[in-house]
Amino acid sequence: MTTLVLPVASLCWREVIRFCRQRSRLTGALLQPLVFWILLGAGFSASFHPPGTPDGMAYGQYFYPGIIAMVILFTAIFSTISVVDDRQHGFLQGVLVAPISRATIILGQALGGTTLALAQALLFLVLAPLAGISLTAASIVRVGVVAIVVAFGLVNLGLFIAWRLDSTQGFHAIMNLILLPMWFLSGALFPATKTPIIVEWIMRVNPLTYGVAAIRHSLYLGNPEAAGQVPPLSLSLVVILGFAVVSFIAATWMASRKELP
Amino acid sequence: MSEPAVQIQSLTHLYGERKALDGISFGVAQGEIFGLLGPNGGGKTTLFRILSTLLRPTSGSGRIFGHDVVMEPAEVRRHLGVVFQQPSLDPKLTAIENVVQHGHLYGCWGRTARRRAHELLGRFDLADRTRDRVESLSGGLKRRVELAKALLPRPALLLLDEPSTGLDPGARRQFTHFLDTLRREEGTTILLTSHILDEAERCDRLGILDQGRLVALDAPDALKARVGGDVVVIRAHDPDGLRAAITQKLSVQPLLVDGSLRVECARGHEFAREVMETFPDAVTSVSFGKPTLEDVFISLTGRRLWDREDTRPP
Repeated sequence: MTTLVLPVASLCWREVIRFCRQRSRLTGALLQPLVFWILLGAGFSASFHPPGTPDGMAYGQYFYPGIIAMVILFTAIFSTISVVDDRQHGFLQGVLVAPISRATIILGQALGGTTLALAQALLFLVLAPLAGISLTAASIVRVGVVAIVVAFGLVNLGLFIAWRLDSTQGFHAIMNLILLPMWFLSGALFPATKTPIIVEWIMRVNPLTYGVAAIRHSLYLGNPEAAGQVPPLSLSLVVILGFAVVSFIAATWMASRKELP
Repeated sequence: MSEPAVQIQSLTHLYGERKALDGISFGVAQGEIFGLLGPNGGGKTTLFRILSTLLRPTSGSGRIFGHDVVMEPAEVRRHLGVVFQQPSLDPKLTAIENVVQHGHLYGCWGRTARRRAHELLGRFDLADRTRDRVESLSGGLKRRVELAKALLPRPALLLLDEPSTGLDPGARRQFTHFLDTLRREEGTTILLTSHILDEAERCDRLGILDQGRLVALDAPDALKARVGGDVVVIRAHDPDGLRAAITQKLSVQPLLVDGSLRVECARGHEFAREVMETFPDAVTSVSFGKPTLEDVFISLTGRRLWDREDTRPP
């Protein structure tokens, strides 16, 4: 217990504390999705009705699960900047010489990022009624569970990439290169229906597509038509779980490589 | 006989073409305070990274309490407390949080961890700063938090890379004294690197590292005894010219180091007077004294430990 749970819990707790003590990160993380939702939602709703969704559905409503996905995506990935920070401040070195495995370190970091993403997703979920989506206790729990699995996978993807980076500038450059296309082509902004074949295929292999789909299903369970034409719930759950496992293994492998600078 | 705390055998490490460590071998007995003295770039940090399992050596082996640093890193890390040259603190956490959090990684937690963290921070005169965030502490205070952090899990072997950098002389004395206490009370073995002479003097044995080689290994007094009785340092307007003149007239070979001439001889005061009398115009100053560890380093390598006079610590 003290060799696994304690270090994992401790590293996870540190992630959360660090985040809360950096006011700029806190503000940015809370306001960014709101700004995106309001501005993009307002911009698109006038000219665009997502194909394959019910006629009466407003764009803001279609877009809402996509914003939840964005909250999870951005919070999860950007939480891994602490690895770059820790390397620069030397904190990481202290952790690396402690008698704990690299998997333990990754698990602690990943659960920290997951906690942050979950907290933000739940916070943003409060706005669902404004999008015309009625919440039930069950749908909140469902979204929460999906958020945990998706965030865990994304944090590990972030750790996999961030582990070898040594500057925060480099981190931002690389992550933006990955984040934005991943989000654009996840069904968050528009469905895969009637898109060019290449875009459709990218959307099909993008793990976040299944995350967005799982969130849609979680919000609209019992009313599958409202979720639109997205991958079915069972497939979505399998993919996001698989992604979480694979990315955790990849991040652990990356952290276990020797001869780091 | 008990197992040595550290056993290093023909350790070599290459960064590309450059040899950071060139076939180093030495052992550190349990309970010993062992120092490594040498200039920056001499290989000290590389050696520390290998011993703390962060770097795999190109060849040779290192063992910590009998455990190989490459084959059994987990076993090795269980015995280690490491203070790196750069800080390893989380600036967003408070002093106490940093120390306690580190304890968690070693299975030490709850009230035990907190009590021990308070005790250690108190020992380093940080009792009233425990709740301050590390980012608000000065360099010297951070250093002390760092030491408290490394000591929390009661490591059997403490690796300290330039531990007293940033500490003022008072705090440094206190720290050296603390290391003695630690060794006496808990039997901790201490391997440290230093470029501060009085700190190096207090080690049981010293290894002198230069350009990746171990050029000497002995007790500090024995090392100093290798240098002749006194060291005379002569400054001059034209050191090269004076060097030639001294070689010719007084039949000794002064060493030209960093713009001044050095001569090792049995009776320093007599030689100093002789130089002053023979070359009254060429000499700007002459001084002499018992050899220091830096004199040992110069006599072994022909170079000073520090590049310029102004970087020399007090």
